[in-house]
Amino acid sequence: MKQSLDFTELEKAYDLIAQAIDEAGEGNEALFLSKLCITLAHAIPDLAVVEEAVRTARGK
Amino acid sequence: MRPSGRGELESLYFDYPLYNFRRPPEMDGSQQRHPVIIAGAGPVGLTAALALARQGIPSVLLEKKQTVNDGSRAICISRYSFETLQQLGAVEPFVAKALGWTRGRCYYRDQLIYRLEMPHSPDERFYPMYNIQQQFIEKFLIDQAAGYPDLIDLRWQSELLAVESRAEEVDLTVGTPEGQYTLRGRYLLAADGARSTVRSLMGLRLKGDNLPGNYVIADVRMQHDFPTERRSFFESSGNPGSTVLVHRQPDDIWRVDWQVGEGEDKVEAVREERVRERVRAILAMIGHRGAWELEWWSIYTANTLCLDDYRHGAVLFIGDSAHIVPIFGVRGLNNGLADAVNAAWKLARVLKGSAGTALLDSYSPERRGATLDVFRNAGKSSRFMTPPTRGYALMRKAVLELALTEDFTRPFADPRQVQPYTYRDSPLTTADADAFGAGPEPGSPLVNHRLAEDDYLLDHLGTGFTLLYFVGDRSPVAEVEALTEALRGADTDLDLLRVEAEPGPGPRGQVIFDTTGNLREAYGAGAGALYLVRPDRHVAGRWKVPEPNRVAAALHRALGDKD
Repeated sequence: MKQSLDFTELEKAYDLIAQAIDEAGEGNEALFLSKLCITLAHAIPDLAVVEEAVRTARGK
Repeated sequence: MRPSGRGELESLYFDYPLYNFRRPPEMDGSQQRHPVIIAGAGPVGLTAALALARQGIPSVLLEKKQTVNDGSRAICISRYSFETLQQLGAVEPFVAKALGWTRGRCYYRDQLIYRLEMPHSPDERFYPMYNIQQQFIEKFLIDQAAGYPDLIDLRWQSELLAVESRAEEVDLTVGTPEGQYTLRGRYLLAADGARSTVRSLMGLRLKGDNLPGNYVIADVRMQHDFPTERRSFFESSGNPGSTVLVHRQPDDIWRVDWQVGEGEDKVEAVREERVRERVRAILAMIGHRGAWELEWWSIYTANTLCLDDYRHGAVLFIGDSAHIVPIFGVRGLNNGLADAVNAAWKLARVLKGSAGTALLDSYSPERRGATLDVFRNAGKSSRFMTPPTRGYALMRKAVLELALTEDFTRPFADPRQVQPYTYRDSPLTTADADAFGAGPEPGSPLVNHRLAEDDYLLDHLGTGFTLLYFVGDRSPVAEVEALTEALRGADTDLDLLRVEAEPGPGPRGQVIFDTTGNLREAYGAGAGALYLVRPDRHVAGRWKVPEPNRVAAALHRALGDKD
């Protein structure tokens, strides 16, 4: 597995998630984002990576 | 707009020249059909006239106004455009006046999150970007045009009133202070800007999107000690909810650019007191404590609009008349100049009879292709500068917040500055058959490689096609010279430019010496390799071992002949 996405792919992910947030609608965006996170955590088979990501997103 | 009490042309730093109407021969009975008429003497129209003059083609330029642009407007000129200006012999005053730059800084909530570094090296003649006010751009080009009294007929206070176009003829009605006249031409270049009269007279419409967000640009004069860099600010303390850009211009003029708040009225946003209030807050934010004077301001929106076809018979649209692009990435003027050059070398060959009108068919795919490429890049920048939806707004906030501590989201703040477009998919381009490890691929512009002190590759190109030939010990120079002679039947201005390792015996002529081997390396060119270069310095084709019939076929293709 690659260590991280290259920037072009990250930009695609940015657009994809932005559009999916809009599709979910304001009332459902928190639920959608939570589902997205747990799905990604499941796809990353390493709890340490998920823990580190949570720390990063919190702003440490 | 200018502060109250000051006229439209009362600038703090620029003396507006007044150019007077002169009675043209048509008003005294001349029926001459001019090869090319250009509507609009802005930077794009003037560049087209100079590019045509360089090819020996006369043109008549019509300009409604009596002077240059009222404000600084398009202030960023790219390296590629500087190279164009140099080929037109016009670059010297630009180099003397403009401020070159390579760097930028992006701030989020007053913290530096991204440092822009544009590619630059001592091997380049020009900086990646220059800042200069549009009035100077126009003034310098007008001065240059005055050097061609037999080729450029610049007619001020001459307003286009009607256009009648046929396959290779246009008849125009021109209004002047002394009445109307009919002006006859073979081709018309519409360089009359975003509100193009030609476009509306021909009933054509731009299509595309108006993006959300309004921006005000304001110029202030102040003594402010900061290098020439692009500064961008997201969610700054003094301007929450608004993106701000700051650029330095010559003569102590600073461009301040801010996003109009959501729900804020556009009329209110450009009221002088409101403009002063915003400028004051922004200058406080960048730490400017001294005096400042307001010079000029304007409002703009970001649009991705263009014509379906940039050529309609004898009328070619160049610059903003054909496309309106978002300001981010500075592609408006720079792409307009490239349109002008593209149209000029093609028209010149059609008018001289070395190409059929099929060559003009390539104008729209090449330049509209460039516009669509701009839309892709500038669209991304616009979505970042002004998120169009809640989803995009949230994502922007997320990556900017993360950028305070994490490297991986910082490139989102990159302004995606203009890059020269590659005519890779153009019908004029011959794709590689040989594998090159380096060098500009077919469709790309030549790299203006440094050869010696004040001596660069582009200095050696002529006005026609160029065969850039890398000579080796056993290279059949005589054969390539014979090929050059044969190809001059198709393009009389074609030149052979030989690249040799060192001065030696043999025929002289156009030759450059690559004693270090740097040029051969940069062009991935072994002994005997050949690049066929278009008059606009883009590569039409290249070969490791050039066979005369393949080179000839590529030249014919580049002149618009169908296979």
